[in-house]
Amino acid sequence: MNWNWSVIIESLPRLFEGALLSLELVAISVLVGGILSIPLALMRLSSNAYVSTPTLAFTFFFRGTPLLVQLFLFYYGLAQFDAVRESFLWPYLKEAYWCALIVFTLNTCAYTTEIMRGAIQAVPSGEIEAAEAIGMSKITLLRRITLPLAYRIALPAYSNEIILMLKGSALASTITLLDLTGMARTIIARTYMPVEIFFAAGCIYLLLTFLFIQVYRLIEQRMLRHLRQESAAG
Amino acid sequence: MKQLSIGLLALVIVSSNVLADKIRIGTEGAYPPFNMIDKDGKVAGFDVDIARALCEKMAAECTFVTQDWDGIIPGLLAGKYDAIVASMSITEERKNAVDFSDRYYSNSLAMIAKKGAGIDPTKLNGLSVGAQRATIAADHAANIEGASAKLYDTQENAYLDLNSGRIDVLVTDRLPGYDWLTSEQGQEFEFIGDKIDIGDEIGIAVRKGDALQARFNKAISEIRADGTYDEINAKYFPFNIY
Repeated sequence: MNWNWSVIIESLPRLFEGALLSLELVAISVLVGGILSIPLALMRLSSNAYVSTPTLAFTFFFRGTPLLVQLFLFYYGLAQFDAVRESFLWPYLKEAYWCALIVFTLNTCAYTTEIMRGAIQAVPSGEIEAAEAIGMSKITLLRRITLPLAYRIALPAYSNEIILMLKGSALASTITLLDLTGMARTIIARTYMPVEIFFAAGCIYLLLTFLFIQVYRLIEQRMLRHLRQESAAG
Repeated sequence: MKQLSIGLLALVIVSSNVLADKIRIGTEGAYPPFNMIDKDGKVAGFDVDIARALCEKMAAECTFVTQDWDGIIPGLLAGKYDAIVASMSITEERKNAVDFSDRYYSNSLAMIAKKGAGIDPTKLNGLSVGAQRATIAADHAANIEGASAKLYDTQENAYLDLNSGRIDVLVTDRLPGYDWLTSEQGQEFEFIGDKIDIGDEIGIAVRKGDALQARFNKAISEIRADGTYDEINAKYFPFNIY
């Protein structure tokens, strides 16, 4: 086959424009989803069934259905109801951008909630007992012992979730958004060169993942520095 | 004598090959009334009926393969099927990638908007205009000055967003648009402005240099001549679409 470099080079500015939207969607949804996941993880662990069951239902739904189905239900499905179209939320729900952002946020939030739940449960009970023994209040215990330890335990799984979200964001193209994949598909519709353009888009996704891994490594080095010192001393 | 019998044998093999000629036809299956999946899960529609009639004339055995629209030319080039009968417009850009048969119908574009919305088709400034990705309608929508174009994977998704009001105007091929307007969902909508004549001819795409092109051309003139075409046309539209 004839490999066409020039079409790749010509498309790069628009592909980067798309990548920026992908990045924006992922950054906001991961940030908001991450913040929401902490109270949800605590609710999920509550011994009160009225608190834990709704959270369980939430994570079950968002982890148990494909992201594409969630997007279509939210974007095309909700718009079928007059009540939704007449509500004050319609100016937002009308926009594919907000629909994608909300679905991505809820989706990543559900996964992160489960990651955090596992991490909180994995915090060694000795540490908590020690904190209780010196009379720490429940809030302080959570803030200074449980959550910091849980973050460290959750970190590897959480970074995985962020990478999965970056790749999942390609589905935004199915609801008219021109994210990296959407942009690639639109360019392909004009040039009929799917291999070159998807190759270029794939490279940009790899680049984004690579940059993320570098940032993540810095965070990990800082948060897990006590482990490094231990091994150095040992 | 031996040579003759070998020759005869070869002839038999060649002719039986022609008789058992198998052609795989790629279509989209999401473009009513031209190609769609019926309630039994089979492909149906104008394109499919035409393809079957052509195959009959060519004495070929045809099977249908459904493929998403934006991958339909790559699928042909990759050899997943041998011809595309999917209401594909003959364009110069596509001719770089594939060969086309003569036209089997003509298409024009049209705009659809909500009844009584009072949209002037010449002033679409600030409105959002939808179309299916990778179509002539999409090119047209993208070139409307001041309007924001939204591109959909399938025509059905575009109709959904027209219905919900996310897009004000839909640029579409006129004939499927006509079909939708006669359906239950299309009752609140109407064509706005005149049809947009774009000299759009619909042909069958085959791989470059494939002898199928000539065979399709011959079969198209045959079904035009013997009335098969008019029969199929009448099944879908009360007017001639050739």
